[in-house]
Amino acid sequence: MNAPLFTEDLKLLNGNHAVAWGVCLAEPDVAPVYPITPQTPILEKLIDFESRGACQIELLTPESEHSAMAAAIAASATGARVFTATSSQGLLLMHELLHYASGARTPIVLFNVNRTPAAPWGFWPDQIDSLSQRDTGWVQLYSESPQESLDSVIQAFRIAEAVNLPVMVNHDAFYVSHSVEPVSIPDAGMVRDFLPRIPREIQLGDGTGRSLGAPIDQAAWNLTRREMDAAMKRVENVSEQAGSEWERLTGRPSAPLEFYRCEDAEIVYVTMGSMSGTVREVVDLLRESGVPAGLLKVRLFRPLPVQALRHALAGTSCAIVLDRNYSPGTGGVLHQELKAGLFGMENPPRVHGMLAGVGGVNVPVGSIAKLAADCRNAEQTAEPVWVE
Amino acid sequence: MEMTKYRDNGQFCSGHVACAGCAEALSMRVILNAVGEDTVGVVAPSCTAVILGGHPMSSAKIPVLHGTLESAAASASGVKRALKAQGRDDTTVLCLAGDGGTYDIGLQALSSAAERNEDILYVCFDNEGYMNTGGQKSSSTPHMATTGSTPLGKATHKKNLIEILAAHRIPYIATASPSHLSDLAAKVEKAKSIRGTKVIIVLIPCLPGWGVADNAAVKTARLAVEAGAFPLLEIEDGVHYSLTVAEKTRPIDAYLAEQKRYRRLSDEDRAALQSEVDDAWSRLLARAGKDLNA
Ligand SMILES: Cc1ncc(C[n+]2csc(CCOP(=O)(O)OP(=O)(O)O)c2C)c(N)n1
Ligand code: SF4
Ligand SMILES: [Mg+2]
Repeated sequence: MNAPLFTEDLKLLNGNHAVAWGVCLAEPDVAPVYPITPQTPILEKLIDFESRGACQIELLTPESEHSAMAAAIAASATGARVFTATSSQGLLLMHELLHYASGARTPIVLFNVNRTPAAPWGFWPDQIDSLSQRDTGWVQLYSESPQESLDSVIQAFRIAEAVNLPVMVNHDAFYVSHSVEPVSIPDAGMVRDFLPRIPREIQLGDGTGRSLGAPIDQAAWNLTRREMDAAMKRVENVSEQAGSEWERLTGRPSAPLEFYRCEDAEIVYVTMGSMSGTVREVVDLLRESGVPAGLLKVRLFRPLPVQALRHALAGTSCAIVLDRNYSPGTGGVLHQELKAGLFGMENPPRVHGMLAGVGGVNVPVGSIAKLAADCRNAEQTAEPVWVE
Repeated sequence: MEMTKYRDNGQFCSGHVACAGCAEALSMRVILNAVGEDTVGVVAPSCTAVILGGHPMSSAKIPVLHGTLESAAASASGVKRALKAQGRDDTTVLCLAGDGGTYDIGLQALSSAAERNEDILYVCFDNEGYMNTGGQKSSSTPHMATTGSTPLGKATHKKNLIEILAAHRIPYIATASPSHLSDLAAKVEKAKSIRGTKVIIVLIPCLPGWGVADNAAVKTARLAVEAGAFPLLEIEDGVHYSLTVAEKTRPIDAYLAEQKRYRRLSDEDRAALQSEVDDAWSRLLARAGKDLNA
């Protein structure tokens, strides 16, 4: 194949720099950021762009991620388009404010680089940092590659601003954040058209004197969650639309769920993020040896596109969930979510939960391929299985 | 007694829910009128947030973001940057927080905003304790004062936040008191005219928290100023100190006697507190004097 590596719009970028390019094109007004490995290159590239005049962003460099998120919320509530980025400890430090951001309906876009949380200290790809934030009211997307990270961060602004909910885009530490591939940089004008400025319904300082976040009674608080529920229900549709428009503009599919050789698949691997690349290889190998396997990659994890998943897995007898995360006491988070999503389905597939790659350990093609034979005719177990 | 005719611009409405007789509501009225309507507020959980009112009511005419306890200064920075990005750099951003939200849990965010010299006006209502949660100590609670969490009297000193802030070399720091309202208004107006981080600490004698009579909040604040227990001052650029009430005109006894939180004190305790006040006052005079000679 003779892909042109250095044409005008094709650049050799790592995942983090691809994110910074995407953010720059999305033209946020304010970006409070705090460094943490392996997110730091996003921050550095963004500051580099800003200092060279490539983009105009009010950059804040506060003393912590907690303050970064506080500033992000306040800026967004004041009507600004806002971006921030973090990873692991930083995301966890933000926890209190993640709830605040969604409750205040601030359409912030946050890029999180999935990394193991301490203790013990580690810097390895693992998605428990963001998955443990799944109840905070943030939309969550997971990306497999630098190109997808660039595309997703742009789409994230579109989704966030359409439903007034914050969106978190995630990619795996190092496997995506630091791996380099040719990335196509979209045209700035095209991105501007893709992300029109929508006037905010409620905005601090809009002349109405309306306050935000003030104490309310039980019924009114309850109503805020019902409204968030309605907004969350719109997310799948909105991301579907954003994805298909993006595909029309760039030729790159960006649907909430991605299917690879799932037609007639008896065995479907379900996973998120960088693991998908390995599984694609596994699927090809299995297909070569006559095993009808496929891959279902979940891009949109929160809200999980339940109906689409049920539809996609209707003819499948065996789903193997590969979780690069571990929730002590239950198992893999995607496994739990998928089982709940398929509950009550007629002729559901057996769902096998596999803890694969927790703590960033390498999961070779052979191990994943072997799971097909192990699970094909086996009963599902409630207990998660640790993959060697 | 000094009588002043006050011109109210209506920025602070009646019907607020401060304890009857609270000097914080009085101070808020003066502050909100002085900053004017082209202002966006940020408030941390505190009596101030309660006084501002529950949704959909508000006792302030300006819009207020009710942020989290430890993030007031960071939130205010975010508002300011957003306004700047929208070409509204002249709008004042007013941050309101208690001493707990300022001296303790919010100090990290405040220090960072000050270090970045964010263009915000930060007002701390210093009632020397966590009153919203029922009156526990903060690091602003003075030596020997009893609170819900220091039932035998606080063993350590009030944190010297003014010196900490001065070390950040921000353009303007001031202290103020509801007993000296023209001075408070003048300081707010001055702060408003300066770019960068401005902090004003207002002493608020808390009726239930300090055990002060319903009609004695302003009197207690005045006694604090006159005894030199809460000096009124200004610090410009972290180095130029000036006292706005230059004399210490009475011993500390009358101030202590107004408050039940000092009820347990022995004569020796009172003498010890008096010498602490005297020491702090001479250090302050030295600083202000040094500046005069500079
Ligand atoms: C993270 C967090 N911890 C604890 C609280 C509970 N809380 C609310 S107000 C407050 C005390 C505030 O004290 P201060 O800032 O002095 O204000 P005051 O109530 O005295 O006006 C506390 C501890 C909170 N809101 N957030
Ligand atoms: S508790 Fe104290 S500071 Fe708070 S409103 Fe009442 S008197 Fe004022
Ligand atoms: Mg207090």
